Amino acid sequence: MTDMASLIEPVIPSLRRYARTFVRDAAAADDLVQDTLERAISRWHLRRSDGDTRAWLFTMLHNLAVNHLRRSARRGRELPLDDADESDVAVPPTQEDALRRDDVLAAVGLLPDDQRGVLLLVSIEDVSYAEAARILDIPVGTVMSRLARARARLLRLLEEPGKPASDRHHLRSVQ
Amino acid sequence: MTAHHPITEDDLHGFVDHLLDSARRSEVQTYLVAHPEIAARIASYSRQRDALRAAAAPIAEEPIPPQLNVRHLLEGRRRSQAWSWRSMAASVLMLAVGGAGGWLVRGAAVERPETGGIVALAQEAAYNFDVYGVDRSHPVEFGPTDKAQLVSWIASRIGRTVSVPDLTASGYAFMGGRLVATPHGAAGLLMYSNGQGQRLAMLVRPMAIDRNTRMSEHSYGNTRGFTWASNGTGFSVVGPEPADFLHPIADEVRRQEGNTM
Repeated sequence: MTDMASLIEPVIPSLRRYARTFVRDAAAADDLVQDTLERAISRWHLRRSDGDTRAWLFTMLHNLAVNHLRRSARRGRELPLDDADESDVAVPPTQEDALRRDDVLAAVGLLPDDQRGVLLLVSIEDVSYAEAARILDIPVGTVMSRLARARARLLRLLEEPGKPASDRHHLRSVQ
Repeated sequence: MTAHHPITEDDLHGFVDHLLDSARRSEVQTYLVAHPEIAARIASYSRQRDALRAAAAPIAEEPIPPQLNVRHLLEGRRRSQAWSWRSMAASVLMLAVGGAGGWLVRGAAVERPETGGIVALAQEAAYNFDVYGVDRSHPVEFGPTDKAQLVSWIASRIGRTVSVPDLTASGYAFMGGRLVATPHGAAGLLMYSNGQGQRLAMLVRPMAIDRNTRMSEHSYGNTRGFTWASNGTGFSVVGPEPADFLHPIADEVRRQEGNTM
């Protein structure tokens, strides 16, 4: 049991960080982490003994978070951002803007879920491309294409000059 | 010089994420010097990555709140652990979704049947019922007297403990069941019949997605049903009866599956 705690505990800060940056709602994020931990404890005997505890925890958390967002999205109409005309959501970069800290996470929230997951795991959680592929249960090639699209899109969102984050809130409706 | 591998977009991201070995890293650097426009984009990506890390870092510095304290969670489990270790694992797998009343989605629930989620499970239950539910000679592999054997067979193949709901109060006797194939792996099919020989069935299997989903109603041909998922286990109760007749039975199954603790 203490072995379980000592393997799980070090991962909790990054689970919280991933959950909060992925769902953008601190209370919901911690609920998802709690679900993940309870699940991990109850299924400890089911995990592969040679497996990586961190990847296993992230897999559970990510699946819970995706379901959470899917349920929330059902309340409203959903149009993937990918289907939106690019010119509707951003203009090409015209200048080198310094990235503002409060903007960057809000802008990440505008990315489609699948791109956002890859970007956050790789950029913030120091997950390797192969590990991200295992966590998300997708091929590495898909990880790379989502990462490339996420970064390109985020660049356009952030380097759009002279637009405060509040003006971009309408973008949520097309996400 | 070794054979030249063209620089790929993957290399550029590997550069941003510090995941290249030093040889490849210097090749990318050389390439970027020669391609200033791409270098500008990659520099933007690096700044983006730094900004993300800086913005998110404080979250991981916060003290862990009590409800996320593993030791508390473990203690909570031990205290309420009046049941055996084995059924304890089962109970957490089968904890019912809270809230009364099913979430009714007529027809509208039929979306993305390819995903392996709740809609796929509903279809799988209906298909299996259409085949086995009408079978007169061999509807089940194990009868009610071999319940223990059946339960252990299904559990070993779907990787989780299964309990057989008792539906006698609803007028249905347990007939037995079998393991069945679905596009998403093995599933357990439990069959019941009432005094008039009318049958209904429950399909249970692990869920890769839609792992916690409220009950929804569906209808395929003449087979109606109610499907939900709880803690990664999906359940579907199907039969030829009208939905308003099946619904309380599905609620009863869900209640019992939630009470296996």
